Amino acid sequence: MNTATAVTMRGYPRADGRKGIRNVLVVAYLVECAHHVAREIAGKYRDRDVHLIGFPGCYPNEYALTMMQRLCTHPNVGAALLVSLGCEGFNKRELSRAIEATGRPVATIGIQDAGGTRKTIADGQAWVEATLPRLAEQPTVPMGVAELVVGTVCGGSDATSGLTANPAMGVAFDLLVEAGAATIFEETGELIGMENLMAARAARPELGPALKDSVSKAARYYATLGYASFAPGNADGGLTTIEEKSLGAYAKSGQSKIDGIVKPGIAPPAKGLYLLDVVPDGEVRFGFPNINDNAEIAELIACGSHVILFSTGRGSVVGSAISPVIKVCANPDTYQRMRDDMDVDAGRILEGRATLAEVGREIFDLIARVGNGEATRSEALGHREFILTYKSFGPLGPACLPV
Amino acid sequence: MKLAPQDNVAVALRALRAGETIACDGAALTVARDIALGHKLAARSIAKGEAIVKYNCPIGSATCAIAPGEYVHTHNVESNYLPTYTLPE
Repeated sequence: MNTATAVTMRGYPRADGRKGIRNVLVVAYLVECAHHVAREIAGKYRDRDVHLIGFPGCYPNEYALTMMQRLCTHPNVGAALLVSLGCEGFNKRELSRAIEATGRPVATIGIQDAGGTRKTIADGQAWVEATLPRLAEQPTVPMGVAELVVGTVCGGSDATSGLTANPAMGVAFDLLVEAGAATIFEETGELIGMENLMAARAARPELGPALKDSVSKAARYYATLGYASFAPGNADGGLTTIEEKSLGAYAKSGQSKIDGIVKPGIAPPAKGLYLLDVVPDGEVRFGFPNINDNAEIAELIACGSHVILFSTGRGSVVGSAISPVIKVCANPDTYQRMRDDMDVDAGRILEGRATLAEVGREIFDLIARVGNGEATRSEALGHREFILTYKSFGPLGPACLPV
Repeated sequence: MKLAPQDNVAVALRALRAGETIACDGAALTVARDIALGHKLAARSIAKGEAIVKYNCPIGSATCAIAPGEYVHTHNVESNYLPTYTLPE
């Protein structure tokens, strides 16, 4: 491991040419009414890579369908079991066809057709039992860092987040971009105040105004809702305004030029650094753009992220279904209290025990180990949070992606 | 410490006690009240309406005059974009 690009991991090859660092069987409920049954099916395999995802709404939503398609055909996913009640509006046939087209094992079971809760759980578990050995037999192939997509998010931020964990993750992002990986930062509601700095980093002149527009859209959206993306704990932790929180959040993106803007479900078309615009287009509908950190994580994963870097100052414990979450703890006091949940102690920077560059390198090296199968803390603790809610997006603007 | 020379607020790298005098960028600051790790204090006097500058970025505006060494937070700063929500006591 002399240079960043020499790192070799192992990946599961997929039909679309991408590779996965996990081989997860997802059990997906297609309406809240099927949630319990799906959870019971998956719960028996909590020590295996069987993860529960789903969409609670009964009424169709184009965004939710796209998200579920991208998630069920994510490179970290090897097979999918769809659990339907039977009368919901979710387009289960289109979802099933999209998964089938990738060659992945897929089955749909309907609770009304199967004859209720017990029978559906038994049918579902029988399918999982039959499918897990097929996944275990799948060969792995060498995989390089350049084949990774890495997303970043912060949650439970305090005033140390912007001093230690976020800039350290920015260093890791710079190393990843240098190694040829694709990286994604978000969220536009927490970049309010940073729009001019960000536009100056655009890789192409026409991208600058598009970056500014995405942030002003977020500012308008949140102004209509009456709140910024700012929790009371942020203020307890020393952050005074959304601009100050943004200043810290922005540091996650590192120093590389910004290559483009993506929306949930759109994978970066090439290597480099991309902004994920998570705020819906058009008039304000369906409530808050991201009701919690896991909503953002699910969107980063739907954009193809193999791994999520998650910085926290106050102390978040969440992980995720499908892709491993690496927890980088910004605050040395929080690390002492919650060290079982944290993968990286970035508070050492504040105490003078490590430099930003050292912690950035440590995060980069850990990503490669996680890509080789090492479990993150949240994975080992069984965290597999997932949430998906209603949203609506228009197409990407012409300036958003490199041509 | 100040994160950038132009800043008018400094960040506490450890918990500070009221009455303590600290050196910040060559100036001596007397801390007006206890300040927790990561929280801010005024590095010089700041006029009402003046931009609060941290890491060379404006992060809001002063809602009243702030004396050097005074705690800087939601009670004397407001966002230039969206109001900050805190839980009622």
